[in-house]
Amino acid sequence: MEPVTSAPVSVTINGEVYERDVDARRLLVHFIRDDLMLTGTHIGCDTGNCGACTIHYEGRAIKSCMMLAVQADGASIETIESLAEDGALHPLQQAFSEHHALQCGYCTPGMIMSAKHLLDHNPEPTEGEIRRAIQGNICRCTGYVNIVEAIAAAAKGEVSA
Amino acid sequence: MLLSEVAYTRPASVDDAVRLLAEHDGARPLAGGQTLINVMKARAAAPDVLVDLADLDELRSVSVGPEGGLELGPMTTCTELIRSSAVNEKRPILAEVAAQIADVQVRNRGTIGGNVCSNDPTNHFPPVLVAAGATMTIASTAGERDVPAEEFFLGVYLTACGPGELLTRIAVPPAEEGDGFASVAIGVDGTCIVNAAATVRDGHARVALGCVAAAPVLLTAAADEGAVREAVRGAGLEPPSDLHGPAEYRRRLADVVAARAVANAMGAS
Repeated sequence: MEPVTSAPVSVTINGEVYERDVDARRLLVHFIRDDLMLTGTHIGCDTGNCGACTIHYEGRAIKSCMMLAVQADGASIETIESLAEDGALHPLQQAFSEHHALQCGYCTPGMIMSAKHLLDHNPEPTEGEIRRAIQGNICRCTGYVNIVEAIAAAAKGEVSA
Repeated sequence: MLLSEVAYTRPASVDDAVRLLAEHDGARPLAGGQTLINVMKARAAAPDVLVDLADLDELRSVSVGPEGGLELGPMTTCTELIRSSAVNEKRPILAEVAAQIADVQVRNRGTIGGNVCSNDPTNHFPPVLVAAGATMTIASTAGERDVPAEEFFLGVYLTACGPGELLTRIAVPPAEEGDGFASVAIGVDGTCIVNAAATVRDGHARVALGCVAAAPVLLTAAADEGAVREAVRGAGLEPPSDLHGPAEYRRRLADVVAARAVANAMGAS
């Protein structure tokens, strides 16, 4: 394929197929938020440091501000909107609520997607493994203690139904 | 952030990728993008064409070569290095160092090829590959050439892989007695202030220091702390100063970190 400044993109996000023409320079996070209106994924620093834009790309946590939308053509993606089912919170979301693992909530979608990536690969993490797993996510409110407790509780299934 | 306008292509073969890089001035390969996309945001780089390597499975393989060394596709991510049984068996230092880079999300996208070709002087893999005596294979429309790692890193953000060229293989020879890595970084897994990789054989150490010059500085010394520290102190290092530390601080760290890398290499043997 010869280089193009705009291309058709087809991605599967949370099980639904989206097809759009996208400028090559458009970041994946802008495509998700502004073109598809899936605004649960946040933009914090826009420099790849804060992790607010964390999504799952082909089953792996990535920062969607460090990828172009055209790169995602043909890919399968999950965002924070995929977690709750029929209005019932995912155990991680429930645990974050019960443990006061957020204050302003800005980092929460990315934090939860990183936590989910951890638990998907390591269902019984140690505290150290939890802390390492959220290394790429910055929270400026909580000091992380409650976030770590919430992830540990979700891992152990210690959340209200 | 809105990037400058750029054209994009995702070739299906290395031949196509090399042709596209040759045909378009201002074309750059796009690997994991964990450096390039950010420098494009900052307008520190403004490629006209991005040649996305994502579909080139031949650049993603990890295999054991005929002499028992590793042949790494440059598109191998840090996460894949960490999980590779061949890497963990043949040259575990590569997995150990990959696990110290940035964070999970960056390791899931960032590649060893991108890490070496961006050649930020604080990157992890340039000193590791120099100490290990790796060989880099570079392809262009003129064919392939092999470049030893110690000649690959030319300057800040500058390598032997020039415009119109593509890094296609990183060959790492079989392990010697031991490999080690040490760094002083900004927080756990953060940006390195000084780092060093060491390979030890027959009582001799090959040490490559990072962050102290435009490219890794290779030294050899007897594999004991005093000799290593003396070799580093005698190397006439003139490290850069930045907000993380003045030149003098880096100079003092250099022999400490080099000695730790050698100690780690001997502990691993």
